[in-house]
Amino acid sequence: MEWETVIGLEVHAQLKTVSKIFSGAPTAYGAPPNTQANVVDIALPGVLPVLNAEAVRMAVRLGLAIGATVHARSVFARKNYFYPDLPKGYQISQYEHPIVERGQLAIMTEAGEKRVGITRAHLEEDAGKSLHEAWEGLTGVDLNRAGTPLLEIVSEPDMRSPAEAVAYLKALHTLVRYLEICDGNMQEGSFRCDANVSIRPLGESRYGMRAELKNINSFRFVERAIDYEVRRQIALVSSGGQVRQETRLYDSARDETRPMRSKEEANDYRYFPDPDLPPLIVAPELLAEVKATMPELPEAKRQRFCEHYGLSAYDAAVLTGSRELADYYEETVRSSAVEPKLAANWVAGEFLARLNSANLDIADAPVSAGALGGLLRRIADGTVSGKTAKDIFEAMWEEGGDADGIIAARGLQQITDDSAIEQIVAEVVAANPKQVAQYRAGEEKVLTFFVGQVMKASRGKANPGKVNAILKRVLAS
Amino acid sequence: MRFSGEFPLTLTIAELVQGLAAGQYSSAELVQDVLRRVEAQPGLNAFITVDRDGAEKAARAADAARASGQNAPLLGVPIAHKDIFCTAGVRTTCGSRMLADFISPYDATVVARLNAAGCVPVGKTNMDEFAMGSSNETSFFGPVRNPWDVQRVPGGSSGGSAAAVAARLVPAATGTDTGGSIRQPAALCGITGLKPSYGRVSRYGMIAFASSLDQAGPMAQTAEDCALLLAAMAGFDERDATALTAAVPDYHATLRSSLEGLRIGVVREHFGAGLDAAVGAAMQAALREYERLGAKLVDISLPNSGHALPCYYVLAPAEASSNLARYDGVRYGYRAAEYRDLEDMYKKTRSEGFGPEVKRRIMIGTYALSAGYYDAYYLKAQRLRRLIAQDFGQAFESCDVIAGPTAPSPAFAIGAKSDPVSMYLNDIYTIPVNLAGLPAISLPAGFVEGLPVGLQLIGRYLDEARLLNVAHKFQEATDWHRRAPAGF
Repeated sequence: MEWETVIGLEVHAQLKTVSKIFSGAPTAYGAPPNTQANVVDIALPGVLPVLNAEAVRMAVRLGLAIGATVHARSVFARKNYFYPDLPKGYQISQYEHPIVERGQLAIMTEAGEKRVGITRAHLEEDAGKSLHEAWEGLTGVDLNRAGTPLLEIVSEPDMRSPAEAVAYLKALHTLVRYLEICDGNMQEGSFRCDANVSIRPLGESRYGMRAELKNINSFRFVERAIDYEVRRQIALVSSGGQVRQETRLYDSARDETRPMRSKEEANDYRYFPDPDLPPLIVAPELLAEVKATMPELPEAKRQRFCEHYGLSAYDAAVLTGSRELADYYEETVRSSAVEPKLAANWVAGEFLARLNSANLDIADAPVSAGALGGLLRRIADGTVSGKTAKDIFEAMWEEGGDADGIIAARGLQQITDDSAIEQIVAEVVAANPKQVAQYRAGEEKVLTFFVGQVMKASRGKANPGKVNAILKRVLAS
Repeated sequence: MRFSGEFPLTLTIAELVQGLAAGQYSSAELVQDVLRRVEAQPGLNAFITVDRDGAEKAARAADAARASGQNAPLLGVPIAHKDIFCTAGVRTTCGSRMLADFISPYDATVVARLNAAGCVPVGKTNMDEFAMGSSNETSFFGPVRNPWDVQRVPGGSSGGSAAAVAARLVPAATGTDTGGSIRQPAALCGITGLKPSYGRVSRYGMIAFASSLDQAGPMAQTAEDCALLLAAMAGFDERDATALTAAVPDYHATLRSSLEGLRIGVVREHFGAGLDAAVGAAMQAALREYERLGAKLVDISLPNSGHALPCYYVLAPAEASSNLARYDGVRYGYRAAEYRDLEDMYKKTRSEGFGPEVKRRIMIGTYALSAGYYDAYYLKAQRLRRLIAQDFGQAFESCDVIAGPTAPSPAFAIGAKSDPVSMYLNDIYTIPVNLAGLPAISLPAGFVEGLPVGLQLIGRYLDEARLLNVAHKFQEATDWHRRAPAGF
């Protein structure tokens, strides 16, 4: 039987606010345990939550970016359960009335563009962390993360393959960073994903029973976890079994999913509206203000890069992968005034590769867009060849400095003077009579040998175009 | 006149403010006398904690401030706080074993504001555990005794505050009122107690029982004192999202306004079955007094008030079941000595740390919020709550304030009401007011067999100024509030 995979994703995006969603404590990551939890976060008797207006703004930004309904009125509810890292004994979340509903996000698939529905996005607070490893038989509780603002973004079950799920996740990841509402750091847990996965016979319109996969904290794991789970479900159903609705944990070390303790699912969360927080009102003025400050979104930017710079869809997609990279590219073009395609090749190629191998953020790259532009100008005006430029770029990356300085200091200026090149060509031709004979006998591929010899003799500085032309002329005579 | 020795029992805050300003006595002298009186009455059990050192220090600071030319509205005036308000450095128990050793690192907004107004806090008063009770018998620290008859309850949950003010141990105290916890003990102890409109006073630092109903207020001898205290307590607080931004009016300025033409609504349903006949007679006498002061009586109806009790006993426990989840033994407060695992720790800690009434309400509330029951209980109660509030809205179209009994009977004997429902019926006149979020005041209006009876006045939303005015005019014309129990 042929099976269809059905996937929906729930993403928890940690909002980049300075302080927590219901208290004034800072949200910075990595502080010593329990040093960033104030009286509200640790739920002392008598404390009350006060909503962080910046978190609301960020939720509105996302809502507008995905073309969703941003509700004028939404409601915070309490989700009640006991756990040591949940100080109040309940989590403040949004349940029946979320702030954002019914949006969509475009993704690129093998079959072209696809729009994935987003059911809802709601504001909630994060819990603390339980630390089981540090002590034998004891559990430590770190409440630094307690009260960190989260936006839970729930998709429709619109994805049909692990690759589509990854494409959606990447598009959402790019979007939240464009909107500057989430740093997207998956290792630190700023962008977390759960996947609801089910299968059904191809052509069937009803959904199958789904399993919820947790702990998939990288794009690669999302793909592998779903892939494993789909194979598991197909094998199970094919052998006469039934898929159970359950929560399964992905174990990346073993590359498998396995059921979590069923006790955690037996919870009745007893949701009810939080009486400490009045309904959240998004006034038309706030909506208008956020709308006015929306950045250019990835899709629009991609299109503009194609049209305005004449780039391929592929180049445009790579260069708009993050707002920082797109800004870097545009600054490179602007400062160098070279062909946009040349700048695209360098930013998407040499620069990005070097950045990734050094594992750096663009903000920390040792070669600025202006400096790269300076180098590209020297390629464009023929001062250096593309090959030499790569060495110069490497020197700029490792030692700093600008292209012109390095060219002058190392004497890398390209030899474009015809008589100088003719001189070298003459020497090379004279020293290799056998190859000259071969060439003249019709073995034209020997030309590459001569080009190599001339470049070597000029220590790479001779203009390759001119070398070619002069060689052909000299050898033909 | 220079003060020497003991203070007269009857001095109100208004009088103390004048005496202190005129230099008749210092705050240090006043506070010494208060501490002496408090410590001389351990039998009343009105206090859980007396902060002698803190009180003496604060009194000296008040005197020094005055000497250096500073002033504040209540500079040097001693006050007691219900043990539900967090006080930095002084333990806050909420009447529970769960918090018997809990010391808050911060002050409740109410405490901080009264401190800023110059008050000298002398200690923390006894209360029903987590404010759940109408007799002060559910306190982990034992029952409080009514100064008018020590075999009887003072009412609750602010029973310690009411008894302390009634016995003139302190001139005033703070209280909180979720379903009548300021007004009912004020009535049973013969003092004046005001529950402001929901949101008028910040709830920050006031340990939550039922967040949508809880409200802090003053308890004192007179309406005038309540006006002085409310002025210091009320106002917006950025730490409480339910606190109102509306400006705080000058309550004192309108205290003496004439009642000529005032329309007083008399609730038909309040004078039916369940009301002690003698209390009813005292109410009638009070209403005649108001007619003499120029007010007109208007017959009104609150048709849904009969549903208030079941509505309240779904909503308040539902909120409480969630509010009290934080007492889990993990971060502070009581933790069971021995346990097998996490779940066992939770169970033992909460079984041992909470008393029976608190556990009863947590269970009722948990049930009411459970899957499958939420619509039938919680949602239905929310709808009833709206109907009850609408009743008041309609009633206030034909009257300016509503008057009636605060409680159906005077103080009952300690141990007399073992059945929870008969205990809950004590709050039948006060609970609808909390459900509607309105302000109300209880003031002394006579005696039945030597026990005080309270008159409840209910006002329009945010109309505390009128309530205080109407109460004050009654106290100008009567002396019920001036009577103090013998022997203290």
